[in-house]
Amino acid sequence: MPLSVQRIAVLGAGHVGPVIARMALDAGFEVAIATSGSPENLDLVTQVVMPGVEARWAADAVAAADMVVLSIPLHRFSALDPALLAGKLVVDAMNYWAPADGAAPMFQGKELSSSEIVQRRLSQSTVIKSLNQIAYQDLEDGRRPVGSLDRHAIGVAGDDSNAANVVGEVIDRIGYDPVMLDSLRAGRVLQPGGPVFGAVLTRSEFERAIHTAAVQS
Amino acid sequence: MTTSTAETPRETAGGSTRFPLVLGLDTFGDHEHDAEDRPLSHAQTIRNVVEEGVLAEQVGVDFFGIGEHHTDDFPMPAADVVLAAIAARTKRIHVGSAVTVLSSDDPVRVFQRFSTLNAISNGRAEVVLGRGSSIDSFPLFGYDLANYEELFEEKVNLFAELLKGGPVTWHGNLRPSLNNQDVVPYTEAGPFRTWIGVGGSPQSVVRAAHYGFSLMLAIIGGSPARFRPFSRLFLQALEKFGREPLPIGVHSPGHVAETDEKALEEFWPRWLHIITKMSKVRGFAIPTLESFRYEVGPQGALFIGSPETVAQKIAANLMTLGANRFDLKFGMPGLSPDSLMRNIELYGTKVIPRVRELLAESTRPDD
Repeated sequence: MPLSVQRIAVLGAGHVGPVIARMALDAGFEVAIATSGSPENLDLVTQVVMPGVEARWAADAVAAADMVVLSIPLHRFSALDPALLAGKLVVDAMNYWAPADGAAPMFQGKELSSSEIVQRRLSQSTVIKSLNQIAYQDLEDGRRPVGSLDRHAIGVAGDDSNAANVVGEVIDRIGYDPVMLDSLRAGRVLQPGGPVFGAVLTRSEFERAIHTAAVQS
Repeated sequence: MTTSTAETPRETAGGSTRFPLVLGLDTFGDHEHDAEDRPLSHAQTIRNVVEEGVLAEQVGVDFFGIGEHHTDDFPMPAADVVLAAIAARTKRIHVGSAVTVLSSDDPVRVFQRFSTLNAISNGRAEVVLGRGSSIDSFPLFGYDLANYEELFEEKVNLFAELLKGGPVTWHGNLRPSLNNQDVVPYTEAGPFRTWIGVGGSPQSVVRAAHYGFSLMLAIIGGSPARFRPFSRLFLQALEKFGREPLPIGVHSPGHVAETDEKALEEFWPRWLHIITKMSKVRGFAIPTLESFRYEVGPQGALFIGSPETVAQKIAANLMTLGANRFDLKFGMPGLSPDSLMRNIELYGTKVIPRVRELLAESTRPDD
């Protein structure tokens, strides 16, 4: 695992990917973006919507990256080759959101959180769940500098605490307070239907929402 | 673009636009309540929407759009039938969808219905293709939301072929092929205007440009200004595909009343109710009064208040986005017919002239 992140690869250029790429670039990271197709198809979009971000083939973007953000539709995840991400720190920004996106058989079980299922499939990677719970349209406006009283929080859940801390630093640099959750299982609170999904909250509001939900369940 | 040449080109922050300013209204057929807050029948709500469209023309609104929905809160699955009733009672106002959920419909039928509407209205029909935030049509017609992208891509492709006129030959994976098939009614004066509604995916913007469809930015949450790169992307993509510039529109929800206080008071409980209901189904957090106020403010996507407040916000956002059209999605389930008719009247008689004035001021050469 990298001790710190300099280069980020964003996989997926739908609603969410370009927003994450832009925020990472603003925070001073080197950022590449890729889809399942040729980078040529992304050139114009990258140039206009995220100038400074490099469109690459997925394999090249991932190979050069210290951290890979997965922001593809979850129902496309089963088509992604796990070998592509072997040995990488992977941030799972995807959501299993059946009422909005349809059901996906791989994720239908209730026992595991969606990121645990992602981790099982990406067995050669270290998966951290983050950047999934604030709506893409609120992500950029929600950023605040370190020390702001109204700074908002983003959950970071992982089984590997070193890797989670590395991601936590990225979240902090992007402009959010990382709220650390000590396992992918605990990251369930970040999922659709959980107490903080779709909400833009300060750290204390975030922690209170999680606590209240835990007491009620 | 014969309709645009008479208009003076207008410079905006987003670039030059050669299209006339269009100010419209959209509804989703929001289920109306009477003055005692009792739900009206679906049938009465639909009849009221016809009256709303007729009033919109009388007070000077340019476009009346109806968005397809399939729920008790929005009982409006056959928007084109209602649009036809409005077209038969009006002369000038353009009528169209906002949006047509093409992925769960048949492009041939959509073309036929809107080509028929275009005939009834003497060329005033428009269609906005998209998903909307409505997902109810998918289980209803036996489609899987997981195929949404493929369905939309393929059906937009067929729709573009149909608009060209003449016998159609087309092959796809998700709909039976067409072999030299005549599709009627023919349009009288070329294809009716077709838009693609885009919510936040830049690749959808490029797709609209690829097919030569106009761009409708659906801005329903967060800062409208963040869509500014999309206008640039659209114009550059059109250029790349060797096409002439096309109109850019904005669709956002709102409510107009005599004062800011009255508008907020009428809208907030209805908004809270419907978003809370959606939150439960879709599993996201319930909005707070604070998050609502943020959306109503200058950084947000809700256009709620007095005519002056709403006009200022529309003008500012059209400038920022380099757009030439704004469609206010009015109404909310539970609002009364009186409140909606007042909204339409104020929008036509106060908001529209004020937006025109503000944009004319901002583009005066001696400024």
